[in-house]
Amino acid sequence: MTAVLVVEQCLNGLQLGVMLFLMAAGLTLVFGIMNLVNLAHGSLYMVGAYLSVAFLEMSGSFLAAVALALPATLVVGMLVEVVALRSLYERDHLDQVLATFGLILFFNEAVSIVWGRAALFTSVPPALGGFVEILPGIRYPVYRATIILVGLAVALGLALVVSRTRVGMLVRAGASNRTMVAALGVNVRLLYTVVFGVGAALAGLGGLMAGPIYTVQPGMGEEILILVFVVIVIGGIGSIRGAVVGAIVVGMVDTLGRAFLKPMLATVLSPPAADSAGPALASMLIYILMAAVLYFRPQGLFPAVRG
Amino acid sequence: MADPLLEVRGLRKRFGGLVATDDVDLDAGEGETLAVIGPNGAGKTTLIAQLSGDLRPDAGVIRFAGEDVTRLDAPARSARGLARSFQITSVFRDFPALDNVALAVQAHAGHSFRFWRPAGADRALREPARLVLEQVGLGMRADVVAGVLAHGEQRQLEIAMALATRPRLLLLDEPMAGMGAEESQQMIRLLGTLKRAHTIVLVEHDMDAVFALADRIAVMVYGRVIAVGSPETIRASAEVRRAYLGEAS
Amino acid sequence: MASRVRAVTAVAGAAALAAVPVVAAALQEPFYLDLVRRVMIFAIAAVSLDLILGYGGMVSFGHAAYLGIGAYAVAVPALHGVHSGWLQWPLAMGVSALAALVIGAISLRTSGVYFIMITLAFAQMLYYLGISIEAWGGDDGMRLARRSRFGGPVDLADPYVFYYVVLALLLAVLALGHRVIHARFGMVVRAARSNEARARAIGFSPFRYRLAAFVMAGAVCGLAGALLANQTEYVTPGFMHWTRSGDIMVMVILGGMGTFVGPVAGAVAFLLLENVLSAWTVHWQIILGPLLILVVLYARRGLWGAVSGGSLGRG
Repeated sequence: MTAVLVVEQCLNGLQLGVMLFLMAAGLTLVFGIMNLVNLAHGSLYMVGAYLSVAFLEMSGSFLAAVALALPATLVVGMLVEVVALRSLYERDHLDQVLATFGLILFFNEAVSIVWGRAALFTSVPPALGGFVEILPGIRYPVYRATIILVGLAVALGLALVVSRTRVGMLVRAGASNRTMVAALGVNVRLLYTVVFGVGAALAGLGGLMAGPIYTVQPGMGEEILILVFVVIVIGGIGSIRGAVVGAIVVGMVDTLGRAFLKPMLATVLSPPAADSAGPALASMLIYILMAAVLYFRPQGLFPAVRG
Repeated sequence: MADPLLEVRGLRKRFGGLVATDDVDLDAGEGETLAVIGPNGAGKTTLIAQLSGDLRPDAGVIRFAGEDVTRLDAPARSARGLARSFQITSVFRDFPALDNVALAVQAHAGHSFRFWRPAGADRALREPARLVLEQVGLGMRADVVAGVLAHGEQRQLEIAMALATRPRLLLLDEPMAGMGAEESQQMIRLLGTLKRAHTIVLVEHDMDAVFALADRIAVMVYGRVIAVGSPETIRASAEVRRAYLGEAS
Repeated sequence: MASRVRAVTAVAGAAALAAVPVVAAALQEPFYLDLVRRVMIFAIAAVSLDLILGYGGMVSFGHAAYLGIGAYAVAVPALHGVHSGWLQWPLAMGVSALAALVIGAISLRTSGVYFIMITLAFAQMLYYLGISIEAWGGDDGMRLARRSRFGGPVDLADPYVFYYVVLALLLAVLALGHRVIHARFGMVVRAARSNEARARAIGFSPFRYRLAAFVMAGAVCGLAGALLANQTEYVTPGFMHWTRSGDIMVMVILGGMGTFVGPVAGAVAFLLLENVLSAWTVHWQIILGPLLILVVLYARRGLWGAVSGGSLGRG
């Protein structure tokens, strides 16, 4: 029984980790390449979730909703880049923080004007309903398993694109040497817009997958955004590898902490003490982890080499 | 002979595949002016950064006044009497010139956990700072914000900040960089007045300055010191001419 | 010349603030008393943030954490029947200072964007901690049974007395901050912001001075939190929510950072704007957001920068 529970919670941790990675990948690339701190990255996650809900209602098909919501989020991301963020690349981080904070206020309010402030609930698409027996005696929801597979596939694909392709080469070069990339005759502005759009689409993908298992509401982006910050700080800013490792670690620690900290404390503390200390400690666990990592590695686990 | 003030043994620093300083041995005696010359990319600035404590060497020992300072950071070395100037001008741009120097005085006047008395009216900081500014020829420019001083004046201000820490050793990284002929001459005269009273390690491309000021010259190429000697020997050395002087002129 | 303009404006501002209760009483509009008191409390928080943000260059995005700690330091003793302000307020400052010491000691090991993210994350940690403590009302927080008690004529239940207490504290914080920032200590903190490599080269180790400034800012913001708990007469984890940190930062930037009048002006402008816009539409943030972007892009020096033509901290 407990073994089943442990496996199940580990998978849940992995699933959260995968979601965090989808967010972290875009954020860390945008920071690594454009040197931009984008607080509004969570808003793109929210936009992805809302658009997929809207398209699902219009079309009635989950596949169609995905096919429409992803490109739509990509376009929203590119629009944001062109309209607001492009002029911020050369500004200091404080300016970027403030302007993207303004973007968050705008997006949260825009969403609540269109869809209201109340949380929306969507259900798992029927094709992905039910359970799958992943190990003898251990059944796991098909939908969550799908999220894990999609996330891992994206991580692998992204790693291949960045390390093997010409675009990936430009992305890596752009991170360390902007002028050199420009000298190669590459349209740096376009490259930036595309990278930003892809990051937005990844966040949107996270959002649309999150819809059926978390609540869709204004401000949902920031709740996950701050976890993503922890991921990036632990992994090292600008590093895809760091984003993968950080996301999995944070997803696992957070999920397992919430599931098992209270029962574990109950073995050493009195039940009422464990009842109150357990959730409090569990909610702080990843931040304590972050502090510990920073104490030994102020640049994170995989510091990106920057020129 | 007494121990040299600065003693460098086997100093090594590499960045990835590039060896920036390769087993460098150097001595600078009390009151001596040692010039380090070499083509661009020879590792001179990396050497200065390791001497000042801004960069941790991979291997080797730096002894200053008999003490092993290899593991000390820049503020700790400053406290022991090492002062530096930067290749790219580095001043507190939004403070007046006098405040720049007063800060350097303050850094060596005990701790700064003083929360009440205005530093701007603190004679113990302002008077010495004013004297040093006059010494470098900026007495009339004390109240000008450093960022709007002329380039040459900012370089002088850097020297003033270094002097205000009452250093035993001055590490000067290309003090003439970016200066016109007249400004350079002025700087050479200024450094001439500091010679003897201070030990100086001078990295410089301006050969007029080097031969005017140096007691000894070390030549660095690709991270290695290929020759050390008096200005006459260095000027005469065929190897040095081949490696550096011929190329520069 | 510019300094005389600044001095005149500062004195005029203080006089105007002192006159607010009189005017509010004459107009029989107690709402204004309440509003301006709230503005001044946030002004204290904004000034404390500016101490590290504007003068120290430390972009702390978790400043609301201390606001919350200060508020809880009033409400938790009150929950246990301890209402003495002589205990609550020093406790608010002390616990906030302690939290700032721990957060600062870890965060200041890093810099730049790491620092921004870490301070944000720690504040959010405290927010979630507040939510998870059921004994203190969890998500809903708790009501304050009565305002802090000081005895004698200082009765905070009287809105006018409370107003002048807040005003006096604001002026005291401004005066003390001004002393500190121009003393040797403040010179080091500002120099390290201006040029860290140079500060180290002349012999300063910026870390401990920054940490001390960080702790002082935390303590002062904790005091603002204690005042805010008395103002609203309830406390929730929402005091620590990261958008609150963002609001305080916006006040500093809007008014002009690296100045003392700036954050006060910013608090006034921000909260008045909030008041006017929210009376007009519940969706007022859809206007505030783009407005903020415009300020960042085109009015970088803030209101006070535009008025006084210069700032102390920035060149």
